[in-house]
Amino acid sequence: MSQPAIQFNGIHKHFGALHALKGIDLSIEQGEFFALLGPNGAGKSTLINILAGLIKPSIGNVSVMGFDVNQSYQQARKLLGIVPQELVFDPFFNVREMLRFQAGYFGCGRENDVWIDEILEGLGLADKANTNMRKLSGGMKRRALIAQALAHRPPVIVLDEPTAGVDVELRQMLWEFIKKLNYDGHTIILTTHYLEEAETLCSRVAMMKQGQIVALDNTADLLNKFSGKHLRLTLGEVALPESIATLVRHVDSGVYTFALDDMAQIEFVLAVLRTANIRVIDMQLNEADLEDVFLSLVGNSDKSVKSS
Amino acid sequence: MNNHLIPTNTWRGPWTLLKKELLRFWRVVFQTVAAPVITALLYLLIFSHVLESHVQVYENVPYTAFLIPGLMMMSVLQNAFANSSSSLIQSKVMGNIVFILLTPLTHIQFFMAFLIASIVRGLVVGLCIYLVAMWFVDLSLANPWLIIAFAVLGSALLGTFGIIAGIWADRFDQMAAFQNFIIMPLTFLSGVFYSIHSLPPFWQKVSMFNPFFYMIDGFRYGFFGKGDVSPIFSLMVVGAAFLVLALVTLKMLKFGYKLRS
Repeated sequence: MSQPAIQFNGIHKHFGALHALKGIDLSIEQGEFFALLGPNGAGKSTLINILAGLIKPSIGNVSVMGFDVNQSYQQARKLLGIVPQELVFDPFFNVREMLRFQAGYFGCGRENDVWIDEILEGLGLADKANTNMRKLSGGMKRRALIAQALAHRPPVIVLDEPTAGVDVELRQMLWEFIKKLNYDGHTIILTTHYLEEAETLCSRVAMMKQGQIVALDNTADLLNKFSGKHLRLTLGEVALPESIATLVRHVDSGVYTFALDDMAQIEFVLAVLRTANIRVIDMQLNEADLEDVFLSLVGNSDKSVKSS
Repeated sequence: MNNHLIPTNTWRGPWTLLKKELLRFWRVVFQTVAAPVITALLYLLIFSHVLESHVQVYENVPYTAFLIPGLMMMSVLQNAFANSSSSLIQSKVMGNIVFILLTPLTHIQFFMAFLIASIVRGLVVGLCIYLVAMWFVDLSLANPWLIIAFAVLGSALLGTFGIIAGIWADRFDQMAAFQNFIIMPLTFLSGVFYSIHSLPPFWQKVSMFNPFFYMIDGFRYGFFGKGDVSPIFSLMVVGAAFLVLALVTLKMLKFGYKLRS
């Protein structure tokens, strides 16, 4: 049986008094398209940085295809391509030079140029190959950052918030390219705030909260576990009767989202509103999605979580 | 899954980092080479004009000739330091140091690439000053091997010091403090413009604790065959200082001091 692409064993990380990671055990198989979700401060980036060797765990170990990221860091890093969250670049060089350098650090020479051309083409960077990094727009810099992580053709690719602040066109282009890589056998690990992306692309999802994994399952199974319907009623600023207030999952600008177990509860909610003389301005009925699962597990106070 | 991996070779990683570091300073050659050469020549013009007829340090050696090796070595040292330190602090502040930290390069390969790039920049600046200074005065070359040894070892020492400063500093002002409060006083008080024998006994003794003095004096010995102390002793002091700093730097890099948390 092949080694897992990534194996986290009992990872704890302390930053002074802060216990940032509280015993993470996680195995990601080769060829998976895996999502790591969680609100800001959940510990996702700390976990990714431990995998990258940028942060040392207080306790525990991590391996990439069987190679420990500390003991056998050279082998482990050759297998990994990590797209950092921050939009960083080297202003001295153009895109192609940066990609050649990045591949060169991993021991790849000019024979790798065919692959670099493929990346440039796949990410829509071909016409910017000879442009200095400084002169690229934010979206183009993001593409170049992703291209750099792929330059040495790593079998395991980690994308830490790759689509934060990028336009829809780039997101679609990026996901088409990453899906192709996954189809070709690359393992993809993704952290994102865009839950629809994770739901559409990833076969398995882990959700983190306060340094712990609070859910880990196949995306479909996770959605089934939290199956149910969501009734979104636009009511305006009203005082809800107590009997239905307990069903409210989320309130935003007079739009109330009720989590319901079955259809019979719809009639109950509407009857209570009628009795209380509360007028329904608009009504929507939705199936549960990953965002609902996320909100149930990590709480609905995190305003940074968005759906695309 | 390993079939994704393309063939790699072990020397190419550090060679790529060295190439990148060399290209980095070459892309801004007016700032990194031309500017220090002009500065050194201005020192030469002003000091030789003012002091040529008033000061003679060694017999049969005009002051201008005495000054040139000192200015060359001062520029070699300052630029070797500037190369590694500015590259690292810029990469840290801009965040692109992560591109190197994510690679399989070992701490020794990292060190060697930054070190050699610093030596090359130091030597290029020194050589340019020498070529331009040849127009002003005939310089003897009493022992070229000593000149090369001190230039390489001195730039290696300051290149290593630059790596330490680049790793330690978190901000540009911290780096400027390093340069203005440590490097500049040590170079200016090392005998670039004078022989330490012209100093009062107390300051002569103080100068003996300045490693920059040995680099300047030994380098100058290579030109004139004369110096304030034995060149072999100077070579040993500079070599020992380099070894100590190199070991400290390697330790810092191995444990990821200020680079990995």
